[in-house]
Amino acid sequence: MSREVAKSQSEIIRPPTEQADTRRLRISARTRYRLIHNVTIPWLFILPLLLLHVFVVAIPALTGVYYALTEWSGIGEATFIGLENFRRIIFEDMAFRRALGNNIIWLAFFLTVPFVLALLASSLLARVKRGGLIYRTALFIPYLLPSVVTATIWRNLLSPRMGIGAQLANLAIPGLDIAFLGRSDTALLAIAFVDNWHFWGFLMVLFLTAMQSIPMELYDAARIDGANRWQEFRHVTLPGIRPVVLFMLMLTAIWSFLVFEYIWILTQGGPAGASEVLGTQVFKNAFNRFEAGYGAAQGVTISMFAGLIVLVFIILRRRGWEI
Amino acid sequence: MSILSRAVGRAFEGEPRERQRLLLVNHIILLLLVAFALMPLLVLAFNAVKSNAEIGLNPLGFPQSFHLENFANAWEQGEFATTAANSAFLVVATVGLELLLAGMAAYALARRKPPGSDGFMFYMVVASTIPIWLYIVPLFFMWRTLGLLNSRLGMVLIYTAMNAPLAIFLLRSYMISLSSEIEDAARVDGANEWQVLTRIVLPLTWPGFLTVGLVVGLAVWGEFQIALIFTSDPKMFPVTTSFFKFTDRFSRDWSLTSAGAVLMIFPVLLLFLALQRRFIEGLTQGGLKA
Repeated sequence: MSREVAKSQSEIIRPPTEQADTRRLRISARTRYRLIHNVTIPWLFILPLLLLHVFVVAIPALTGVYYALTEWSGIGEATFIGLENFRRIIFEDMAFRRALGNNIIWLAFFLTVPFVLALLASSLLARVKRGGLIYRTALFIPYLLPSVVTATIWRNLLSPRMGIGAQLANLAIPGLDIAFLGRSDTALLAIAFVDNWHFWGFLMVLFLTAMQSIPMELYDAARIDGANRWQEFRHVTLPGIRPVVLFMLMLTAIWSFLVFEYIWILTQGGPAGASEVLGTQVFKNAFNRFEAGYGAAQGVTISMFAGLIVLVFIILRRRGWEI
Repeated sequence: MSILSRAVGRAFEGEPRERQRLLLVNHIILLLLVAFALMPLLVLAFNAVKSNAEIGLNPLGFPQSFHLENFANAWEQGEFATTAANSAFLVVATVGLELLLAGMAAYALARRKPPGSDGFMFYMVVASTIPIWLYIVPLFFMWRTLGLLNSRLGMVLIYTAMNAPLAIFLLRSYMISLSSEIEDAARVDGANEWQVLTRIVLPLTWPGFLTVGLVVGLAVWGEFQIALIFTSDPKMFPVTTSFFKFTDRFSRDWSLTSAGAVLMIFPVLLLFLALQRRFIEGLTQGGLKA
């Protein structure tokens, strides 16, 4: 209202041209203030992080897609060769195919072993009222260790001469004093075992936290209905933590295609390519063999697998997870 | 172990007998799992104080003699003076930059929510799923062109960017969960935005910052892959890649490498035991907050 009054007053006093100018100025000053306060300043707070992330992740990711279509040693100009790299990946590269197979073995291992361990431990631990925190802490500690330390610990423990297997052989339990990391039939699973030793406690704590938010009344009701412990787990606990379990299944599946560190530290893909995975392939091609273009194409391929998993997850969620 | 057995004992108080028996099974299985998780660490600690001759005779058991000089030797031979300083710098600088940039962004998103905020969050969610293998190769050559290989700044920028989604998810949700009434009161009293942020918001939200700082710090301290690719000069190695080379060089000297490993994890375990609630909260919520 008061604005209208002010406008009509100024119309009376000032000549028409000048009056139009002041009105525009007055509005723009107000808008500018609002703009600065609600848009410009907040965005100045957001931009540094956004620009850094775009610079380090988004731009290289996009150029990665371009390099995937080129032949490039990493030095000088890249030559555009279209989909040639992908043709080579699909039809020629036996090492890549073997690596993909190992990634799938890795995936199968990590979608089962750590989940079974974590579900077992967390459902047992959820009932423990006193001392529960001590268990939680103890089981979580391996997750804090740097990969190089975990690898060193287990390289020693898996040693055929001085490790656990050798000690068991001394106690007349033979058969385990073998070079788990040095044999082509056991290397990959041995690395998976070591990585899992470090990883499963993390899953356990996630599941435990989710279980603690399940209402106690549901358990009471199940007990009144005469449910045994397995039925309780199957019909109360598991549905209660299902969102977390499914989300972690998706993340673990994605990670299974990206795995690199433990394999590089323990075997570098050996012996004779037995533990080679997609990640070690990209690393070797891009940084050891001067095939940056081809390495980028393999990186894009890995990302497609990861994207495929996200897609499956989204579709399943749309359908309400009624698997 | 005695703490655990006492905990087991206490757990039975006041439970009906039948449930006690069930819980006994729980404790037995859980204790086996704890042994699986901690025995390897115990062996590491034992071997760190044994002599090599003793490890040869007794590679897994309790030490008969204590060679504390192993730690000094490992510190010397593993060049921890250089690498621990490098890692400490990377941790402090990354955490500092992350908290500054993500804290500013989270504050703007939680309190002002300028147009485009949803777009920014969408970008962060999508970006957090971009696999490292998609951008690592071009990033390496970009960093080479910019002279950022073997550079602390180069590493800090990468680490800060990689941890940005996690930091923004945690800090934003933390700030949203706090009421903005006090901030509004300060504004009425004439405080400008910067004063509101530094005098009101930071003192109230520091637990969120501490959590993010711990998670990011832990990630940087143990980071291996980026360090392996972006540093080749031993003077620039952080503890992880340097330790990797060290274990390769002294692969037969278990007492030396075990002592080095203990040096690396000692500060982490100490900090974890002191602040474990924040650690666990940050590490478990980081992935789920998105």
